[in-house]
Amino acid sequence: MSGYIEAQLVILCLSIIYAYGIFLPAASGQLNLGAAGFITLGAYASGWFNLSDGLGLPMYPSIILSMLFTGAVGFAISFPILRTRGVYMVLATFAFAEVVSGLTINMEFLGGAAGMPVDSHAPVEVLVGAAILVILFSFYFMSTRLGLALRSIHDDESVSVLFGVNVRLAKVVAFTVGGMLMGLGGAVYGHHYNYIEAQTFNVLLSIYILLYVLLGGTQTAWGPLAGALFFTIVPELIRQLAIEIGSDWLADSRFIFFGGFIVLMMVIRPEGVVTRTLQDRIAAALFGRRKKAAEPAE
Amino acid sequence: MLFLQQLINGLMLGGLYVMVAVAFTLIIGMLNFLNFTIPALFMFAAMMMWATMTGNLPFGNETILAIFGEDHIWIAGIVVSLVTISIASLIIERFTYRYMKAKYGDATEHALPLVSSLGFLIMFEHLAISAWGSDPLQIDSPFGDATFTIGSLLFSYPQVISLALSLGIVFLLHYIIRRTKLGRALRSIAERPDTATLMGVDVLRIVPMVYVITGLLCAVSGILFTINYTTIDAYVGDTVATVAIAGMVLGGLGNVWGAVIGGLFVGILEVFSIYIVGADFVKVPIWGMLLLILIFKPTGLFGHSAIGKGKF
Repeated sequence: MSGYIEAQLVILCLSIIYAYGIFLPAASGQLNLGAAGFITLGAYASGWFNLSDGLGLPMYPSIILSMLFTGAVGFAISFPILRTRGVYMVLATFAFAEVVSGLTINMEFLGGAAGMPVDSHAPVEVLVGAAILVILFSFYFMSTRLGLALRSIHDDESVSVLFGVNVRLAKVVAFTVGGMLMGLGGAVYGHHYNYIEAQTFNVLLSIYILLYVLLGGTQTAWGPLAGALFFTIVPELIRQLAIEIGSDWLADSRFIFFGGFIVLMMVIRPEGVVTRTLQDRIAAALFGRRKKAAEPAE
Repeated sequence: MLFLQQLINGLMLGGLYVMVAVAFTLIIGMLNFLNFTIPALFMFAAMMMWATMTGNLPFGNETILAIFGEDHIWIAGIVVSLVTISIASLIIERFTYRYMKAKYGDATEHALPLVSSLGFLIMFEHLAISAWGSDPLQIDSPFGDATFTIGSLLFSYPQVISLALSLGIVFLLHYIIRRTKLGRALRSIAERPDTATLMGVDVLRIVPMVYVITGLLCAVSGILFTINYTTIDAYVGDTVATVAIAGMVLGGLGNVWGAVIGGLFVGILEVFSIYIVGADFVKVPIWGMLLLILIFKPTGLFGHSAIGKGKF
């Protein structure tokens, strides 16, 4: 595998893991603009558990511990944050990410603004494995009763309450598990690049991840996968095209089209690329129309 | 004395935040969404100001220089900046308000305007980067080091003017909202757009005005920022707007005077945090304060509890 493809594959896997971390809360209608905060926590926690000056654990235990740590933080802040709604929730998660990054930069034992080296190296296979596990887990999670509860809250919260769905439980679980997934993403990021800087995980990262999810669609578990695939591959393709035709301007300005595309998407297909209707149609086309038997007999 | 000097510096910085915070709060109060194009408009206004003054516009540099001359080119900068931002605001209005139709009314669909405003943010930032690069850009201040002292306190003319201007604009805005026919229409739209339409308010004429007003607020703030600090880059809007958001939440969403007090307060808080604990630590007090307010008293100091809950 060439170095270029491998680098792109790593970015793709990380985007997928992050996107599912944001998708789980978004599947119940909560917008989390604090992805960068969770990723920072995961990356630094795993790095520190792994560091010989820290706990000195091997790589896999430190990744799992850092997931638990991020999950615990997510659980703890989910209660105050879930009290807020709408704009306030977006702002609160955003503020959470800023506080985390502000604190990390000022912690001397984590290297401060200079960043922190990470000992163990995770090859690209680990990242691919993690991404596949995350995808499988998310599909399973959305197929459970809890996933159904998330979908119902997403569509109409008051009606879900009337039907006896434990809204608070579902939201807290979604937020916590989402936090754990982002922690995993941060941890493998740190172990792959062997160096972490708090400045890498900034507001723009949070915004991009939220956009992957919302543009991919929050109705089905295919959404974040579609969003992450599309938004990592298409800009690269445009860049390749720009190199082919030798246009520096196109290479520089591909994100202008990206922004314009987002705006157009919101006008043309506001519910995201993959919707339940689309999923049903594709399933019907691929696996035959099973409903034919139900058609009225002659 | 040093304390007083820091307080004055904080107030001057706060004056810039006030206008951005008021822009945010107007859109949230009237149209119920968090407009992320505001940082983009702020940055773009600052960039146009810089481009006009240094002759880096895509076209018409010689004409402008010929009309205004070397000494008054800053006036041209202000004009170009305000005109560009007004046009941009009208385009943004089309794609964040007018063409947006929710089909199912589920939870994430209310985030439509928010998402397309994020799209505009990305678009404008990369437009500026591809045109002028992402490095810091400098202008020569048109007023030099114009300062005066009262006692041992140092004031700079551009800063005093910008504080006065920002408070003046807010007073004007308050008058428009409270006393004029346009203001009454605005308040009725804030209450409920459908009912406002039934009552004969031309929503599709009034809403663009809200966008232009907020756009101009950002533009004035961006221009004053450029004149005061003389160094800008493509990400300047993000830094200013995030602090302004904190100020807006402190004052309470949807409340213009709350945004004024909140904006001045975060300006002072920022200057004092830099002075006491250092520039690296400045994020923690501002964002910690914001997080605590959101959790314990989400309505802020003067906010209304109904605003911002239903939609994003």
